[in-house]
Amino acid sequence: MKRRTLLASSALAFGLAATMGTSALAQEALKVGYIYIGPPGDFGWTYAHDQARLAAQEQFGDTVETSFVENVPEGPDAERIMTQMALSGTDMIFATSFGYGPSINAVAQRFPNLAFEHATGYLQEAPNVSLYNARFYEGRAVIGTIAGRMTESNVVGYIASFPIPEVIRGINSAYIHARRVNPDVDFRVVWVYSWFDPAQEAAAAEALIEQGADIIMQHTDSTAPLTVAQQAGAMAFGQASDMGQFAPEAHLTAIIDNWAPYYIDRIQARLDGTWEAGNSWNGIAQDEVTFAPFNDAIPAEVQAEATALIESIRTGEYHPFTGPLNRQDGSVWLADGEVASDGDIGGMNFYVEGLAGEIPN
Amino acid sequence: MDLTAINPVVLIATLMVAATPILLAALGELVVEKSGVLNLGVEGMMIVGAVSGFAAAATTGSPYLGMVAAIVAGALVALIFAVLTQILMANQVATGLALTMFGLGFSALLGQAYVGIVPPRTPKLSFGFLSDLPVVGRILFSHDILVYISLALVVATWYWLNNSRGGRVLRAVGENHDSAHALGYKVKRVRILAIMFGGACAGLGGAYLSLVRVPQWTEGMTAGAGWIALALVVFASWRPWRVLAGAYLFGGIMVLQLNLQAAGFRIPVEYLSMSPYLITILVLVIMSSNRGRTSLSAPGSLGRSFHAAG
Amino acid sequence: MLRLEKRPSPSQAWNYATPLVAVLLTMIVGGILFWILGKNPFEAIKLIFWDPLFSEQFAAYSRPQLLVKAAPLILIALGLAVGFRAGIWNIGAEGQYIIGALCAAAVALAFYPAEGWYIFPLMIIAGALGGWVWAMIPAILKTRFNTNEILVSLLLVYVAEKLLAAAATGFMRNPDGAGFPGSRNINSYGPASNQELIANSGMHWGVVAAMIAVLFTYILLQRHILGFHVQLAGQSPRAAKFAGVAPSRLVLMCLGLSGILAGLAGMFEVSGPARLITIDFNAGYGFTAIIVAFLGRLHPVGIVLAGLLLALTYIGGELAQFMLNLPASAIQVFQGMLLFFLLALDVLSNYRVRLAFAGTTKEAS
Repeated sequence: MKRRTLLASSALAFGLAATMGTSALAQEALKVGYIYIGPPGDFGWTYAHDQARLAAQEQFGDTVETSFVENVPEGPDAERIMTQMALSGTDMIFATSFGYGPSINAVAQRFPNLAFEHATGYLQEAPNVSLYNARFYEGRAVIGTIAGRMTESNVVGYIASFPIPEVIRGINSAYIHARRVNPDVDFRVVWVYSWFDPAQEAAAAEALIEQGADIIMQHTDSTAPLTVAQQAGAMAFGQASDMGQFAPEAHLTAIIDNWAPYYIDRIQARLDGTWEAGNSWNGIAQDEVTFAPFNDAIPAEVQAEATALIESIRTGEYHPFTGPLNRQDGSVWLADGEVASDGDIGGMNFYVEGLAGEIPN
Repeated sequence: MDLTAINPVVLIATLMVAATPILLAALGELVVEKSGVLNLGVEGMMIVGAVSGFAAAATTGSPYLGMVAAIVAGALVALIFAVLTQILMANQVATGLALTMFGLGFSALLGQAYVGIVPPRTPKLSFGFLSDLPVVGRILFSHDILVYISLALVVATWYWLNNSRGGRVLRAVGENHDSAHALGYKVKRVRILAIMFGGACAGLGGAYLSLVRVPQWTEGMTAGAGWIALALVVFASWRPWRVLAGAYLFGGIMVLQLNLQAAGFRIPVEYLSMSPYLITILVLVIMSSNRGRTSLSAPGSLGRSFHAAG
Repeated sequence: MLRLEKRPSPSQAWNYATPLVAVLLTMIVGGILFWILGKNPFEAIKLIFWDPLFSEQFAAYSRPQLLVKAAPLILIALGLAVGFRAGIWNIGAEGQYIIGALCAAAVALAFYPAEGWYIFPLMIIAGALGGWVWAMIPAILKTRFNTNEILVSLLLVYVAEKLLAAAATGFMRNPDGAGFPGSRNINSYGPASNQELIANSGMHWGVVAAMIAVLFTYILLQRHILGFHVQLAGQSPRAAKFAGVAPSRLVLMCLGLSGILAGLAGMFEVSGPARLITIDFNAGYGFTAIIVAFLGRLHPVGIVLAGLLLALTYIGGELAQFMLNLPASAIQVFQGMLLFFLLALDVLSNYRVRLAFAGTTKEAS
């Protein structure tokens, strides 16, 4: 073990020097840690979480100290990083990807006094694990309406990532509402099996546009489809953040993931000592789903229609999954006026009637 | 489910665009491997080129300056590999992998200042009335400059390797570096230049992604294109025209399966995306088992370090 | 002019010194990098190298984690090293790792929810077999058709990755998982679970397997005739032939061995720290292990040290990220630099540097 001692003694020299430079932690500051699946620079999913983190940091100033680790693979690395955060005095951890489920639950069981928040997950195996998600399908309803009105070819292209409930309900919601304002509209769905692959997304957008789509929707994270749409003279929607600067003419609007209200709320609860694990699924009503400014190309009456829809969802007057709705195979899903339960929406693995094509697997 | 919805002309035009990054990188790696060096660091070189090209273009406002910067950056990064493997005799496999790791990290670090920035547009070239011709217009005359450069590079590489003295020397070095050295060829110099050329091409391929295809800078945006380029060189049994065919095949499969999906066909996407690699293995086997046709197999000295005795 | 002159035999002194010098150089250059990024370089280096081992806050946790992180790397690297010594380049360990994990997971899921002591051993056999089969493909193609094993094994990695995605989203997906991709949690399924032998020590069965593999490889290389053949084949293929080494048998054995070890690593990971099959299950261990093998000079003991060192940079790097807000990319650059320095300094083990002027030579070594 000669090498270890050599390493140790050389590191000792650094250690002595470092004790003088160790950052003095404010005694009162609540430490909040974030685990990101990708880089904040992706301008999509992780970017939105990081923006919210920064908003929370600004809101709380010196009473809270946030930190993050990016590009954390799901699995043992995530578990270890969360454990080390916990050991270093972090009081609250936000894990921002579905795949962190088994890890966050394992860590939570070892640290029953800390607060763990898991985004888009479904496992709650410890009393200190809280789940949170946002009702993006409400956002999809709005952009579906705009798409239905704006399309001239009556073909909407949809770039989907993985056939999981989150993505499927997005497709369903957008389709239902596009259909409602435009009974002739057709959706074409392409699965790219990745959350982020700009080259593939660009190729997918091209294929869809070539086959007649003049509006592109995506559930993937890059700006490539927007650029392709812009160059082809088609229109598209941004994903998770305002992507207007990349395609000023094509970018109709975007669903913005606004996690800030939730983060501020939960951190405040922690500071007040009132934090409790729950299962939060907020949407437009709580400002967790917001929209980028509407493109001027959208006619005034369509903008009014969209705004009205947003308001009706906000007040609870309207729910995007309200019957009568059938499944793709024709069987009845929701009776007239019936509203889908959260459970149904959460595990959605079927297309609604009218959507062509099959869900893989 | 409408097969006629797929327009073959547009399909070809789009696959040419999709294939350009890997075509450029693969051509560079082909020259490198022909000289007897295996550089597994293509992914690292591509992404360094992507970020350098993007940074230069965003700063100067010219996409063409960006492309030049990408070429230079790729060559410089490749120089690290060249020094380590040719002068310091390090193992090529390990060095190539280290280069990939370093390149991915370095580019991410460099690129932090360029997130969310829109680069200057690279225009599609117009050839006047030629671009309006029915089929060939779209396929041949409506691309941006890098697509044409990549095609020109195929021709130039093929010509140079087969018909020039330099090409012959390079091939001799790759086949048997000891004999080449005995003949008086400067093995190390040839290889270092080849490696830098490979880096320049890979860098340009990466810049195509960040400046034209997407165009945006994000960490890891090459998403494995460098590894595909490596497979492509093998698939092409180290011949430039086959690299072109292979790149278009790989790109074509990707574009075709997306088009099939868009047209409503249900296809097993993951299994289909395996096929280029399985086909490549098949090609490898066929090529290698043909003992008489040595020109179709790997360069004889591929992967082995050269050190002049005495 | 500086000239390189091959040493008659590798310098032992430099063999031991190189990793230390490389680490030191990396600390210096890396420190400069961190300073440019606006972080305290001493604190960063301390977090990466010192804290995981000795910090009173984490070390009790992170020290065992070094074993957990290093175990698959060591296991795979041992198998690779045997082949590399013989000039047989298995670059596809990542694929063998994945297939081993898939086979083991398949066995576990097939038996679910039954109980039985035999399930875990069966999974071990399945994992080893899976990795072995995947490595046999390039092996047989090499012995029958003389196909380059570097390229075939590399291409098979992509195929394995696609199979993994197909498994996680399709045929191995958890039916109770609300439609999300990913298999059942194998670690939570008692008979299939790869638990720690001593709580909080990090020593799960994979670590034990790695230790056994170290012994096994050491004996194989130093005491067994196969080890002698391997050395011979690597240094002089012609001499090996005269000595009666059958090249095809050697290829099959070396690739087979690395396939088995890689498959085992996959099996212990999926039933242990990784817990289940997911789309991103493959964390690049197969490629990192190549680096570990070289860092460790293809020697079993060296590989253990190299694996632990690399694990240290990973774990320390994670600490530096959330304690200092150091970007992940800086750590990656750091690791890349460590490798570059090591590879660069390696030359001194095998070659002597000489200063040569016209007519006279002056030694500088």
